[in-house]
Amino acid sequence: MTTIDTSAPGERAARLNMAQFLSRYGTFAAFILLLLFNLIVTPNFLSWQTLNVNLTQVATIVIVAVGMTLVIATGGIDLSVGSLMAIAGTAAPMIFMGKLLPIENMGILIILSFILPVLLVMAFGWFNGMLVTRFSIQPIIATLVLFIAGRGIAQVATNGNLQVFKNPEFQFIAMGRIAGIPAQVIIMIIVAVLAHCLIRYTVIGRQIIAVGGNEKAARLTGIPVRRVKTFVYIVSGALAGIAGLIVVARNSASDANLVGLGMELDAIAAVAVGGSLLSGGRANIIGTVLGAFVIQLVRYTLLANGVPDAAALIVKAGLIIIAVFIQQRAKG
Amino acid sequence: MLLSMQDISKAFSGVSALRSASLEIAAGEVMALVGQNGAGKSTLIKILTGAYQRDSGTILFEDEDVAFATPGASQAKGIATIYQEINLAPQRSVAENIYLSREPKTALGLLDRRAMRAGAAAVLKTFNLDIDVDMPVGHFSAATRQMIAIARAVTQKARLVIMDEPTSSLDEREVDILFQTIRTLKRNGVAVLFIGHRLDELYEICDRVTIMRDGQTVAHSAMADMPKMELVRHMLGKELAAFQAIARDTGDDEAKPVRLAVEGAGSGVRVRDVSVTVREGEISGLAGLLGSGRTETARIIFGVDKLEKGSIRIDGKERRYGEPADAIADGIGLVSEDRKIDGIIPDMSIRENMTLALLPKLKKAGIVDRARQQEIVTRYIKALGVKCASPDQPIKELSGGNQQKVLLARWLCTDPRILIIDEPTRGIDIGAKAEILKLLRNLADEGLSVLMISSELEELLAAADRVTVLSDGRSVAVLKRNELSETALLSAMAHQVN
Repeated sequence: MTTIDTSAPGERAARLNMAQFLSRYGTFAAFILLLLFNLIVTPNFLSWQTLNVNLTQVATIVIVAVGMTLVIATGGIDLSVGSLMAIAGTAAPMIFMGKLLPIENMGILIILSFILPVLLVMAFGWFNGMLVTRFSIQPIIATLVLFIAGRGIAQVATNGNLQVFKNPEFQFIAMGRIAGIPAQVIIMIIVAVLAHCLIRYTVIGRQIIAVGGNEKAARLTGIPVRRVKTFVYIVSGALAGIAGLIVVARNSASDANLVGLGMELDAIAAVAVGGSLLSGGRANIIGTVLGAFVIQLVRYTLLANGVPDAAALIVKAGLIIIAVFIQQRAKG
Repeated sequence: MLLSMQDISKAFSGVSALRSASLEIAAGEVMALVGQNGAGKSTLIKILTGAYQRDSGTILFEDEDVAFATPGASQAKGIATIYQEINLAPQRSVAENIYLSREPKTALGLLDRRAMRAGAAAVLKTFNLDIDVDMPVGHFSAATRQMIAIARAVTQKARLVIMDEPTSSLDEREVDILFQTIRTLKRNGVAVLFIGHRLDELYEICDRVTIMRDGQTVAHSAMADMPKMELVRHMLGKELAAFQAIARDTGDDEAKPVRLAVEGAGSGVRVRDVSVTVREGEISGLAGLLGSGRTETARIIFGVDKLEKGSIRIDGKERRYGEPADAIADGIGLVSEDRKIDGIIPDMSIRENMTLALLPKLKKAGIVDRARQQEIVTRYIKALGVKCASPDQPIKELSGGNQQKVLLARWLCTDPRILIIDEPTRGIDIGAKAEILKLLRNLADEGLSVLMISSELEELLAAADRVTVLSDGRSVAVLKRNELSETALLSAMAHQVN
């Protein structure tokens, strides 16, 4: 009502359509462009080796970013995911190395070392949800609590020591292959497909979008807003936990200082580049997956062509700016 | 004349908001500006202060032709606005707020705090306000904050102070203090434009009144020459001819069982003592001026706000809802007043907006039953005549009337026993209005109990079987169908029960 666009209608429509086109297919176009660029410039790009490296590296980003997409869809944000990865990543080795539980049977210990750390970080996710819903703390502050404290908890639990291990059964989630496909890639695909279906086809999924789209209206239609919000933080926690397990399994070592460091930013970046509105009300899982791929490919492209990792960070920031800019235009 | 606005017109993307409205204020005069929501009061003010630009018309301020480009420009010329939510910085001190953006500076270009403190204390003293000017503004009551805002206007040499519903958050004692302040302004030759809707207050403090309706100024008068009834009539209009009375069966309504009974309900300051009943198969109207507590009453019944005293009975059983979900489970629906703020989910499709409340019943193992959803949506789009390209069109692209139909369908598809509908035809063109009222009538005839909140007389007269009138958070009259007339409604709303 208050803004008056003075441009001619036709011109305006054209501009809007361009912005809408970019916001819908921009991430995909960027992905294709990056692939083409690499095919021409980067030596040996077209190889199993390259595909493998990229897929295994992107898997954890995708898994965490999917959870982040759900949180952002409700209008929230989860800064604690990196720290929750550290908690799950330090808890698992402590369990299968027999430091925590008086159980001798290795098989049971391995199974527990998958389940218990994830349950533990789900509880932390529930804690995030409580801060946001019961105490009405802004999500960015509420999850900042565990962003800071979570890594501290992991460090205290291990006295800051590196846990080194060799356990093929546990490490299967990062080292193993099923039909030639790395296990973590399979986990990534399952997580993304499940989340996509959750958003598209389930009641809770549609309620997540409604809460993010207009919280007041959602409450007035009887949607349990608090429960919906708590749910997404728990899911985000669980997915961060799984990613934490994969990271330590891949490294054969668990370092509370490093596991998941900076992951919250990669995940948020993937969501933003993937086209979900940061203000909530939309969850584009496919977009998030593509967003994560774009970020991974940019990093790989720069590294493979001799640009240092530090410079890659700047390019990543530029990508986020472009993505958010396109979103704004498409909304207008 | 200090201010003379003539023939002001303004349209937003083709929709007319003001049609040759006018407003004249003399120096040292308190002018009341009244009208319903959407009458054009705030558009007129925003054009005066430069927040909007007029499409046509003239504005003379101190006999000078003016067209303010920004609110800052009008402020510099001596027009100050005190908003409902006062625009002060709550964490900064009183003195800092009074001098905000034109702080006195020392020779070195630093803040001259001593001058600020002394100046602030001096101006507050003229309003008999003796407070510590170093305290943060947020520390003080709403009334005091308002006086600080007024003091700030005075130090800016304001010639006209616009007060937008200044008493809405004040208690009686604070209102007295505000009125003393206004009288002080008057004595100093400052004019006040007082936007409000509590009639008693208007008659107490204002010299003249300008009444707006549908973007036009429908009456100017000295306050003393304008009886309350007349004022309300001007505000609400009486275009009865536009509606045909909607046919009703003539059975004995009082024999029907009571489905919803609210007794002595109270919550906060907006709802003090409200009693309303809705019988099976009737449309019970809830009338009252702006701010009389109608919407708030609906929110209490629906479990959005807490019931602090009194009782709510559904079919004779006392109920107390903590959340809207509980009320919905009991078969209650609420179509809220402001579609944009708490009705539609703008980016979601018609299909999804319509089935949001029904969603939990539409699931098989947590998954939305798309076929049934589609079937229900198609049925209601057809039954209510929603005009849309497809059910998958985002609801924000629909016209107001069609959005309202979708929101109505949102509840109808849950098969409710009680439907509360707040301003059923707000922002809807006249044809769709009659259509929606007829629809409500048919639903009531099928047994639905409807509680219809409306500020349009013709709507209440045409559709309601009984009307409860609220005034200042209290139910002051119940008019049965045979007692319903324009005069009776108006006099009850003006709170002159004979």
